[in-house]
Amino acid sequence: MRNLLLHLIPLLLALLALIWPSDRTRPRLLPLAGILHSALTLWLLFQPPAPSPQSWLGFDPLTRAVVPAISLPFLICSFYGVAYLRLRQERPNRIFVASLLALLGLITLSLQSQHLGLLWVAMEGATLVTVPLLHFNGTARAFEATWKYLLVGGTGVALSLLGSFFLGYSAAGTASGGDLTFAALVENAHGLVKPWVLAAWVVLLTGYGTKMGLAPMHTWKPDAYGEAPGLIGAILAGGLTTVAFVALLRVRQIVDAAGFAHATTVTWMALGLFSMFVAGMFLLGTPDFKRMLAYSSVEHMGILSFGAALGPAGVAAALFHVWNNNLAKGALFLSAGNLRRTVTARTAPEVSGLLLLAPVSSRLLIIGMFAVTACPPFGPFFSELAIIRSAFEGGHALATALFLTFLLLAFLGMSRLVFAITDGRPRLSERHKASTALPPGGAGGRPAAPMDRQSPKGSKWPEQPGVILPPVIFLGCSLLLGLATPPALRQVWADAVTFLFGS
Amino acid sequence: MTDAINLLVGLALGANLLALGSSRLPSIIRAAAIQGIVLGVIPLLLKPEFHWLVALVSIGTIAIKGFVIPALLLRALRAANIAREEHPLLGFIPSLLIGASATVGAVILAGHLPLLPEHRGLLLVPGALATLVSGLVLLVGRTKAISQVCGYLILENGIYLFGLLLIRGTPLIVEAGILLDLTVAIFVIGIIVDRIQREFDSLDTGKLTSLHE
Repeated sequence: MRNLLLHLIPLLLALLALIWPSDRTRPRLLPLAGILHSALTLWLLFQPPAPSPQSWLGFDPLTRAVVPAISLPFLICSFYGVAYLRLRQERPNRIFVASLLALLGLITLSLQSQHLGLLWVAMEGATLVTVPLLHFNGTARAFEATWKYLLVGGTGVALSLLGSFFLGYSAAGTASGGDLTFAALVENAHGLVKPWVLAAWVVLLTGYGTKMGLAPMHTWKPDAYGEAPGLIGAILAGGLTTVAFVALLRVRQIVDAAGFAHATTVTWMALGLFSMFVAGMFLLGTPDFKRMLAYSSVEHMGILSFGAALGPAGVAAALFHVWNNNLAKGALFLSAGNLRRTVTARTAPEVSGLLLLAPVSSRLLIIGMFAVTACPPFGPFFSELAIIRSAFEGGHALATALFLTFLLLAFLGMSRLVFAITDGRPRLSERHKASTALPPGGAGGRPAAPMDRQSPKGSKWPEQPGVILPPVIFLGCSLLLGLATPPALRQVWADAVTFLFGS
Repeated sequence: MTDAINLLVGLALGANLLALGSSRLPSIIRAAAIQGIVLGVIPLLLKPEFHWLVALVSIGTIAIKGFVIPALLLRALRAANIAREEHPLLGFIPSLLIGASATVGAVILAGHLPLLPEHRGLLLVPGALATLVSGLVLLVGRTKAISQVCGYLILENGIYLFGLLLIRGTPLIVEAGILLDLTVAIFVIGIIVDRIQREFDSLDTGKLTSLHE
């Protein structure tokens, strides 16, 4: 019963947010949901409920290995959300807060789904509640990004439904015909009709791969992450993509059991390396620091796929990397969001010298960039090392060489852009000069509102603790996970691998 | 019973060609609406015994795909004051040819697929595959947002047709959930179309070009 609360609480709070009267106090529901969700997750992490193979919802070892990696970033982001919405009082936040809470609920529901159809329903729901979050800024560019997200994401979700039907049809002739729970499908895997299983893997890899953002189905990502608030980027890059990855892990278990282990390994590894290559190329070229984060996310989805293709040791490393990626991405998106708000521009020719304009956020972005590109004391270094080790042990020398080359490309691309915008003499976009040339307090004439308070550098986005501390905490967690990975967590990942592959 | 179902699938295939070959946006919307109504009737014929959830799914499909969504799209069309797809990325004749050859190809392919004995005489599988292809052609080959939404609807119809093969096995509550999700999806798309129309003063997605590398 405890695990049902895990998605019911955020969904009920989402309803409450819809009817909550005050724009000022509504954002406080976010930390409330974050705290309740994390507390419940901790309890379930250390005292997992008894397995219930027949039910459609369950907190199995795989769920247990990833739910905390979503709950913790949401908790940190929820405090950022309160500060962010206080600084952006010009936008109504009713739909925003409700959608964000519903997103947490639906992500948790997808992770707990033990049924192919239910998983799809929850995932589609999560895709749809994301839409109002993407166009929160209400600009023409935001609507353009939302449209592209809907068309590409909608087609991806439609394809994953088709793949689920294929998999369902392959089981239609078996003894347990209509039972589409994952446990039943794995158990009857040898009886599944083979051509349909293979077709299902191809279509589901495309469909859920679109949600993960694997190249070449990644085209929605730069637009969506570029236009959405940084907070939303952090939750999408660290939440929704994880759900799609877990869905593919579950499907892969069935397809492998049906005798296609070689096909899944080859396709997943190829798609992973291709995503890393595409991301590396775009990272070398893009001038926009928020789109850079989207390509970095594509790269890390490639790393996860590559790791997952490498058998039990690789999957354990990939689950570790899910944690590292979600934490490092949180720091990057939040600090980049601060910078974007400080200068109201985001391409390298328009912006430079951010170290002087927003010293703390810029430093956080630089450290976050080193963390996410796997520089030693941070977590991603250790998980990528584990992936490389299992690739070598699996005898994939050429693939490992490509993997390392693409990591280097991504590092060069990201460091180039991050230092281009942070170093040098401060330069602001024309639009920003025009907007700060207004007399103080001129925007909207709300004299006491915090967003009108001018910081010493003339910025409308003061570096308050509320928007600075969350990325600092993200970096701290990432460091902690790298330097002193809790043995309990290693055990949790090992349990998930045993669950997926047998002992 | 099989003949009646095949006749309805045939009608749905006709609607595909209608949507692919027409340059007038209201005709495309109507083709999608006819297809929605036709598909809504099929579940009633597939399940021999009456079940209230089947009836609900059926009525829901007809009401939403046949009436509500087309009405919303027609309203958006009037607001935007456009009636034609003038410069499609893929011409109408090539689209029709692709649609027609996909239909023929799907029938041939379905003959070689490992279907259950009770599905061998039905056109559901070729119908599903041909409708999927038609939807994808509309989705990528047209520039007006309304045509793309219709393409998405037709793509969903193809998947729905395939899903009908599982109607005996899967619990209907899942089908109901899927229908609900699709409805919300189209509503959300409708809202965004409306906002794009207001922001860009156009429903031509060819104008959505500010985001690129």
